[in-house]
Amino acid sequence: MAVSTNPADHAPAAGTRPGGHKDGFRATSRKDHWATEPLAVLIGLSLFIIYATWAAFQGNHYYVSPYLSPFYSPLLWVNPDAAGAAPVAHAWFGSWPQWWPAFIPISPSILILPFPGAFRFTCYYYRKAYYRSFAGMPPGCAVGPIPQHPYKGETKFLLFQNLHRYAMYIALIFVVVLWTDAVRAFFKDGRFGIGVGTVVLIINAALLSGYTFGCHSLRHLVGGRLDCFSCSSSCEARHSLWSKITGFNERHMQYAWMSLFWVAFTDFYVRMVSLGYIPDFNTWGR
Amino acid sequence: MADISEIQTFEHDVLVIGAGGAGLRAAIECARLGLKTGLVCKSLLGKAHTVMAEGGVAASLGNTDNRDNWKIHFRDTMRGGKFMNQWRMAELHAKLSPERVRELEEWGAVFDRTADGLISQRNFGGHRYPRLAHVGDRTGLEIIRTLQDFGVHQPIDIYMECKVLNLLKDGPRISGAVGLWRETGRFVLFKAKAVILATGGGGRAWRITSNSWEYSGDGAAMAYEAGAELIHMEFTQFHPTGMVWPPSVRGVLVTEGVRGEGGILLNNKGERFMFDYIPERFAAETADTVQEAARWLEGDPGARRPPELLTRDVVARAINTEVKAGRGSTHGGVYLDIASRRSAEDIKRKLPSMYHQFKELAEIDITKEPMEVGPTMHYFMGGIRVDDDTQMSQTVDGLFACGECTGGMHGANRLGGNSLSDLLVFGQLAGAGASDYIQTLEKAPEVDSDQVMEVIREATDVLNREDGPNPYVLQEKLQDMMQTNVGIIRTRAELEEALRQLEDLKREAALVKAHGASQYNPGWHQALDLTSLLTTAEAVARAALIREESRGGHTRDDFQGEREEWGKHNVIISKGESGMNVRTDVRPDPPADLAAIAYASLEELEGTAKVK
Amino acid sequence: MVVLDAIHRIQALHANDLACRWNCKAGKCGSCSMEINGRPKLACMTRLSDYDPEETITVQPMKTFPIIKDLVTDVSFNYEVNKRIPPFKPKPRDADGNYRMMQKDVDRIQEFRKCIECFLCQDVCHVLRDHRRQDAFAGPRWFIRLASLEMHPLDTADRVSQIKEDFGIGFCNITKCCTEVCPEGIHITDNAIIPLKERLADRYYDPVMWLMRKITGKDRKK
Repeated sequence: MAVSTNPADHAPAAGTRPGGHKDGFRATSRKDHWATEPLAVLIGLSLFIIYATWAAFQGNHYYVSPYLSPFYSPLLWVNPDAAGAAPVAHAWFGSWPQWWPAFIPISPSILILPFPGAFRFTCYYYRKAYYRSFAGMPPGCAVGPIPQHPYKGETKFLLFQNLHRYAMYIALIFVVVLWTDAVRAFFKDGRFGIGVGTVVLIINAALLSGYTFGCHSLRHLVGGRLDCFSCSSSCEARHSLWSKITGFNERHMQYAWMSLFWVAFTDFYVRMVSLGYIPDFNTWGR
Repeated sequence: MADISEIQTFEHDVLVIGAGGAGLRAAIECARLGLKTGLVCKSLLGKAHTVMAEGGVAASLGNTDNRDNWKIHFRDTMRGGKFMNQWRMAELHAKLSPERVRELEEWGAVFDRTADGLISQRNFGGHRYPRLAHVGDRTGLEIIRTLQDFGVHQPIDIYMECKVLNLLKDGPRISGAVGLWRETGRFVLFKAKAVILATGGGGRAWRITSNSWEYSGDGAAMAYEAGAELIHMEFTQFHPTGMVWPPSVRGVLVTEGVRGEGGILLNNKGERFMFDYIPERFAAETADTVQEAARWLEGDPGARRPPELLTRDVVARAINTEVKAGRGSTHGGVYLDIASRRSAEDIKRKLPSMYHQFKELAEIDITKEPMEVGPTMHYFMGGIRVDDDTQMSQTVDGLFACGECTGGMHGANRLGGNSLSDLLVFGQLAGAGASDYIQTLEKAPEVDSDQVMEVIREATDVLNREDGPNPYVLQEKLQDMMQTNVGIIRTRAELEEALRQLEDLKREAALVKAHGASQYNPGWHQALDLTSLLTTAEAVARAALIREESRGGHTRDDFQGEREEWGKHNVIISKGESGMNVRTDVRPDPPADLAAIAYASLEELEGTAKVK
Repeated sequence: MVVLDAIHRIQALHANDLACRWNCKAGKCGSCSMEINGRPKLACMTRLSDYDPEETITVQPMKTFPIIKDLVTDVSFNYEVNKRIPPFKPKPRDADGNYRMMQKDVDRIQEFRKCIECFLCQDVCHVLRDHRRQDAFAGPRWFIRLASLEMHPLDTADRVSQIKEDFGIGFCNITKCCTEVCPEGIHITDNAIIPLKERLADRYYDPVMWLMRKITGKDRKK
């Protein structure tokens, strides 16, 4: 490209500031493909939300012995009439209650899915991701955000984000539950074995653990809130725990995406096997 | 502008000029002593050259090796300075630096720690024991930030991006200074009972230098103009390890910490050449085999130090010799290898900014490849001559100086790490000295409006004249000239040539023209800096011509080796009726107690009880 | 060659009065902050060889701060905020005159103390850059500094309420641009801002912690 030596060609266009900066949504001087990342996040998160919502409302084909879809775990009640449902014995509280209002779909998933949903929604990483991709505040670095007058950030309506730690407490319970599911996936009708589904469930539990154990709130509570790590033996212990969590925390984004993809894939796999669309290769025989 | 009443005016007890470590420390001391203090800096606060100091601050805390004490630090400093140091300054420095370092910790500095939780100390060239309190390789940043953040909460008025043009006098006394706001191009008058100069050195007069544009020798030049004497100007330190490639970063510093952490110097034959350059004076304390040097690195207390850790003048000359003999690296330096000496992890932890600097600027991974390094103009040992205890000029009342712009403390060669401690120790003393001086003043000095108008007229002439030489081009000429003629190895012919060319440059500089308006005009600022650059460059050349020997940071090809007679003389520069006066002063005999320490053996000193 | 070299050539040969700040030329002083092709960067650490030789490289001053001239901006806002931060208030020394801190206690704050005050994080932060909330928000650089004080093992002052009220940490919506532009690679968001937000949550938003403090009568102050 020929470079003009006429200064007028390089003067800022009308409506720009003296430094040549522009204002307004998506205004930027960046020349790289800054929009790729927020777009990819937008698509990725949207696809997950669509699939998860659809799967959660199905209320069927979430189980095929010995595999339970993570979207449906833990099972509080089970409706044994649904196709591909888990045995009632698997439910914490037995059969689906009679008093359940008719206008709400019968699906064990909708009882529990809001909790991991809240964990991810208030997660410090996902906040970055959706504030950029969905809310345009801002869509990219040094790129104009959607104007707000006045800008309030997380000081007013979004104050609830500060309760992320409570979502984390529940997420820790889910980690235990999902590992239990993964261990149960080794036993079909009391017989030990292993199938592709077992591996899928174990990877799922591992990725979710990696994601949960990298939580910023957890990191704070186990040790981050201390100012002195060496001042007592309990502080020393908390420091070593904090260091380990820091290791996961540094990869929080990677775990967030891998676990997100894999949990959806796990449900999909169980659903496909349960529907009989694909076989599950395993040691038990069919 | 016809009247000084129209000029913005500030009144202070003390005006500190320069806001690096020394200036900040001096200003803090003044404020603590209840003086109305002003602090002027040419850049933004916290950007001064102190941030570039990497290796550490020397103080005989004895945390890492408890055999260390102030006497050994003093002895090292004197030996490193080839016994040209002002004895009392070196004594004060060695005694007070531990206190100054501990005080920094109280103000929020976070040094690297020993296993016991104390301030960790590292080895450095010329220091017998691990003595440098450090923070990775960004110790200077830590110190300036600590002083800055402590300072902003003290009653100090800080004037940023203000260049002081000249000092004002009321008879023999200082009465203030005239400055220029770089942002607006307006002038400002500072009335002050005392002025503390802390402006750093003048290394910008050389082509290959680790110094930034700010280091134009303003303090030395202004003090000289005001009638103060300059001492030891011939002693200029070329840091042995500056980057040599790529050209745009030539001169940028590679910390001595690399060698302190075990880095070795190699020529293009892969020879560890420093073993061939061990001077007589240090032979007893330097390893003479690779094996012994390796044992030292492993922490063997019986092993002697590797020759790479000899003083900077020795290493710089050795590199210069190797390159001239055709054993240099691809781009005209030598190789500095840490990759084969330490694990990649250690290097990244101990030398993070070096790792970063080479990665970003030279595309070299120092954990895998050696660096290419060569000498770079780094530091002025010489500068304003001040009283050892009060830091006041002996010829201008109320004019104080501290830090690199003074001379005498470091003698003929400064040890690495002694400059950060110098800033702290003498910054504090200068503040205290200024306070004492002000107590003795019976009445405030008067500002002479003619002096003010003269300074302003000279500065505005540069903008107003129709045409004239380009200030950038002039500066480059000066840099090339100094690099060629007043370099690391000097001769009479070259120095005389330098003085001839300096006369031409001065004539050109008197006609220099800055284009554009007065607001934030770097061309104008460059033109104004030229005056100080030329004065300091001339002082160095004249002093170097007089000293007919080779000692420390002054090497004469035509007068090799130290001459006993010259060891008894200081070269003093002062302003005469018709230009620059140079004379030699006989050095007074050292106090017997200090001489005993300086010439003592290590064994004698290691056992002595710690003082302070 | 880096972008700053090119600017110096232009200064020396074509525009003597082109205004640009610089000092160390080695990424240590944080003076030559500007926006290069729209990205906040240090001009001394941006290699020209990283760009297409045919390409016109755009340099602009930092958008967040008022322009003084050309590439020089008025960054005094930052110095004003710093003055408002309550200073370090250390514990007394040990009997032998020393302070004791272990390396593992200071690792965390040493990361923050690497800051060179280039103010690129302040420049890129949309709260300051676009929403202009300088009235209520201190900006990432100062949360780094606040974190280095709050997590200092020797410090006895408490700044949590000011972090909320005066420095407005709630305005940060952790979009992490400050971390992306930091030339020192400081994990501003993960290691400073989020931990401070969590400390605020302990004090102001966590009902269980509030209840515990009421029951034990201990207002957890250092």
